[in-house]
Amino acid sequence: MANVIFYILAIIVLACGFMVVTRKNAINAALYLVVAMAAIAGLFAQLGSLFIAALQVIVYAGAIIVLFLFVIMMLNLKRDEFGFDSRLFQRLFGLILGIIFIIQLILIVSRFRPGLPAQAIDPAMGNAAAMSKKLFMQYLYPFEIVSVLLLAALIGAVVMASKRKDR
Amino acid sequence: MTLTLIIIQIIKVIAIFVGLLTAIAYTTLFERRMVAFIQGRVGPNRVGPAGLFQPIADAIKLLFKEEFIPDKANKVLFSIAPLLSFTTAAMAIAVIPVGDSITIGGYQIDLVISDLNVGILYIFALSSLAVYGIVLAGWSSNSKYSLLGGLRSSAQMISYEIGLGLSVVGVLMLSGTFSIAEIVRQQSGSILNWYFFKQPIAFFLFFVSAIAESNRIPFDLPEAESELVGGYNTEYAGMRFGLFYLAEYCNMITISALAASLFFGGWSGPFLPPIIWFLIKVVIFLFVFVWVRGTLPRFRYDQLMRFGWLAIIPLTLVNILITGLVMVLKG
Amino acid sequence: MAPLANYLVLAAILFALGVWGVLRNRNALIIFMCIELMLNAVNLTFMGFSAYLNDYSGQVFVFLIMAVAAAEVAVGLAIIVSIFRHKENVNVDEINVMKW
Repeated sequence: MANVIFYILAIIVLACGFMVVTRKNAINAALYLVVAMAAIAGLFAQLGSLFIAALQVIVYAGAIIVLFLFVIMMLNLKRDEFGFDSRLFQRLFGLILGIIFIIQLILIVSRFRPGLPAQAIDPAMGNAAAMSKKLFMQYLYPFEIVSVLLLAALIGAVVMASKRKDR
Repeated sequence: MTLTLIIIQIIKVIAIFVGLLTAIAYTTLFERRMVAFIQGRVGPNRVGPAGLFQPIADAIKLLFKEEFIPDKANKVLFSIAPLLSFTTAAMAIAVIPVGDSITIGGYQIDLVISDLNVGILYIFALSSLAVYGIVLAGWSSNSKYSLLGGLRSSAQMISYEIGLGLSVVGVLMLSGTFSIAEIVRQQSGSILNWYFFKQPIAFFLFFVSAIAESNRIPFDLPEAESELVGGYNTEYAGMRFGLFYLAEYCNMITISALAASLFFGGWSGPFLPPIIWFLIKVVIFLFVFVWVRGTLPRFRYDQLMRFGWLAIIPLTLVNILITGLVMVLKG
Repeated sequence: MAPLANYLVLAAILFALGVWGVLRNRNALIIFMCIELMLNAVNLTFMGFSAYLNDYSGQVFVFLIMAVAAAEVAVGLAIIVSIFRHKENVNVDEINVMKW
């Protein structure tokens, strides 16, 4: 049962990922990306972590891709229907590199395989309280650094996107 | 054994969904009658006794109207957008408990479709997905008014989502759980256990953000009739338009139920059965929604954004800080 | 429960798709989306290992990666908007001068 759910979600993720890569229209790509993100959230939930799954939907589907859509609509890119064809050798080169890359990755993954414990997932996983204990005790400094990074990004985005010409 | 459980689950889903749809239908009537009362009019009272069959007449009218798709619209997205809007709104009700668990024939039944341990995050996730319905409707209609409405609403909903999320954090800190049923249970017993008395500022911020999040007056900028014709749903007609309408009322009901559960003890109360208490509290909040609509004028767009970013969000942060401080001092 | 190797292979394919997309597309916005795909592939491996080793560290990292991704998108889109203001274009092949 769990296997069937995994394969359905995996197929959705890969199909939508493929569509994101091959669309010319940025709006369509963004919408396929939403579906891919939702399916990945499903995979997280299936791995037992509802908390991270909910965060995935809130952060990616709810904030990041809405921001993408917002920018796409604001720029109102009409030319993306014709002006964006990359040169043929670029496409071919990209495809070849991608295939080489995937073979390498799968080789690495398959080499690691025997060393892994094949234990089932603890049903207590996905407990937000336990995760936050780890986050605020052991990983306190990374957490603080990320919050400073977010502040820097906030200020940076405002400065970059502001219309002032006198900079 | 498991079959019985599955059947119970299906019955629960059907009962709550049918109840939700009925509630939506009668909320429209309730709103029209109350607004009429506030404005000194009579309101719809012709169809059935005191206008009670008005929602049915409205539904029949919407269903039989022509489904019109503009020529230059993106037809697929144009059809998906209202469905998305209504589905995300309707799914949120799944984690809101309408009553305490009851025991029938040896089975313990929770009166909630699914008591997720991340219930509140689930509702926020769905409300963040609700933006797509409106944005896609605005973009796919290929109309200036729709696009402006869609852009405005995406900015508004993202901004007020932050306020909505942060205002609940105070309650979450006190309760230590994301499960709504558990939060309600913590408030039972005495009226003084209600989180409203421990988090009054949080409640007001929550309610203001919630009105903005559901695009209601005085924050209904996305569909401001006087400047944007109809906003994101300008090009819609028939049942597609009806679905947007249903989604708005569904959001009102969800937010009323959430406010009642998080701040006013949900189903808990003396003498009457739990479900009745829950419904009373929800109806009171729906009345406040209608009251606000009948009383306040619309904000201007820049006022709306300034209010969200410079008033609501800083106040929620201060509230979290004070809550944390009190919790630490009390030990 | 699906074995860990399934998650790792899925993540590897997703990551490669993202790489392919970055190499293939010329639209800066779509390149950005492909980077998001790669980040999600990494998140997936973290979550897989976290679940199979029964350790929350992986989830903490996913949490931090999401925060970094949000920051990255905010700044990145701001850069794209400001490039668009100057050049009326978001084709990365045309953005090949350091100063204008």
